[in-house]
Amino acid sequence: MEYEITLLTTMAISVLFALSLNLITGFCGQISLGHAAFLGIGAYTSAMLTKAGVPFLAALPAAMALAGLVGVVVGLASLRVRHDFLAITTMGVGFLFIGVVRQQELLGGAMGISGIPAPGMDKPAFMALTLGLAAATALLSFYVKRSWMGSVFNAVAEDEDTSRVLGIDVPRYKLVAFALGTVLAGLAGALYAHHLRFIGPDSFGFIESVSVLTMVVVGGIGSVYGVVCAAAVLSVLPLWFQFIDDYKLLVYGGLLFLMMRYSPEGLAGLVRRLRQRRAMA
Amino acid sequence: MLYLELAVQGLVQGSIYALIALGLTLVYGLLRILHVAHAALFTLGGYLGVLVTNATGSLTLALLVAMILVGLVGMLVYRLCYQPILRKPPFVALIASIGLFIVAEEGFRIVFGAQGLSYASPPLQEPVSLFGGIALKQAEIAVMLGGAAVLAVLGWLAGHTRIGVACQATVSDPAMAESFGISLAKVRYLNFFIGSALAAAAGVMVALLNNLVEPGMGSVPSYKALAIIVLGGLGSVPGAVAAALVLGVVESFGTIYLGDLLDRDAIAFAFMIAVLMLRPQGLFARG
Repeated sequence: MEYEITLLTTMAISVLFALSLNLITGFCGQISLGHAAFLGIGAYTSAMLTKAGVPFLAALPAAMALAGLVGVVVGLASLRVRHDFLAITTMGVGFLFIGVVRQQELLGGAMGISGIPAPGMDKPAFMALTLGLAAATALLSFYVKRSWMGSVFNAVAEDEDTSRVLGIDVPRYKLVAFALGTVLAGLAGALYAHHLRFIGPDSFGFIESVSVLTMVVVGGIGSVYGVVCAAAVLSVLPLWFQFIDDYKLLVYGGLLFLMMRYSPEGLAGLVRRLRQRRAMA
Repeated sequence: MLYLELAVQGLVQGSIYALIALGLTLVYGLLRILHVAHAALFTLGGYLGVLVTNATGSLTLALLVAMILVGLVGMLVYRLCYQPILRKPPFVALIASIGLFIVAEEGFRIVFGAQGLSYASPPLQEPVSLFGGIALKQAEIAVMLGGAAVLAVLGWLAGHTRIGVACQATVSDPAMAESFGISLAKVRYLNFFIGSALAAAAGVMVALLNNLVEPGMGSVPSYKALAIIVLGGLGSVPGAVAAALVLGVVESFGTIYLGDLLDRDAIAFAFMIAVLMLRPQGLFARG
């Protein structure tokens, strides 16, 4: 039972994290190669606060706020640079985060922070909390996708210049996407810190950013169902199959490559194509 | 004295960056693809260099073998990975390339072991004293001179040969170039060959400087090379070279003065972000 609880908690946190990136990259078309930095900001904020005696539930909003604040600043960068430039800028932000954390004694340096306090509830309750938050995020994603704002995001993702000509305030919507996505990533980070009770700079590096992008891409960029499924499966694969753990990166890298090479629309695109074929037959 | 030494060390590092970034910027100029997997070819070059040197005892032979083989692998990467997805949106190729790079790194780990390899008797390690009391290893001098020579030759080829002019024409307007009878496929293969061969040369030299090749040796250069071509103005060859040298020197001074605050990679990216915010088109791009 213990094992299943850990499994489900891990899964829920990954789903939440992947959905947060999906808001920025999927809905609004702003590619980010440094999203793990926001997971890290949330995790470090919450870890530092709870170690200083702040209760977990009070640290959560603080973690979200700080991640969102930095997210808006990075979002401002997306107003300056686009596409490939943005991808590399966000990647730089990721490296910058790791570089700063690693040199700060206060934040545990390269060793990281251990002995993070338990969330103040038993494991099943914490699992319920993470599952609930992940479900709420999925619902929020659906809501945003169907809303007026979702259509605007879509327009910005499809063709920024045309959107601008149509009178859409593109910068504002980009910033909203970044704020929403990074606030949720901060939430995922805080949950992550209290789930594992240990965090270090290497948990939030480029590989982690690529892993979460893999989840979004494999699921199908912009598809809520697809991303939830992909994140759930990819996050527990290494736990289910111990032998994958050694080759986890090989599997991730291979999936990324094959998906892009043969089905850039991800699982959601595959399913859609199969359905269309069946409808035709 | 310290300043001079830091500057020279920065230039050595910058020359290596330049060799790596050159291939990347050639590919970007031609195809608008951020070729992250380029660094895997750099690592492959390092491995081939060490393996061939240890087997035959000749570094020159190793360098040639590494450059030619890796050049061919580069062409294969284009044919199998990029050519089929050229018409897709740009993030598709970028993510595919990251995937390919991760697979390659893991492949090196599985095939050659996680520990890495080193030269049995590393060549070119004698120190040479230069002006101003600075001593450099022969290998470090070779890196700088070799880098400069390669750039000079490439620059001449680009301006004075038919194929060089064809390459330039293709970069500035592929459709027009094709209508003048230039084979786009040939130009692309040639660029992948040259860029990959240069990455292999950089790999051999880095292996020589550190006397070590390991599966992860490509990760830092790969991301840093991206920073460099962005700084240089994406697709600009002289810009990339200048940015590589500038970044080498900035890092070299930065680790001394900002080392407590940021590590070496973070300094490079902080510099890149700062430049991009001020000049989104890169340091050396026109306009």
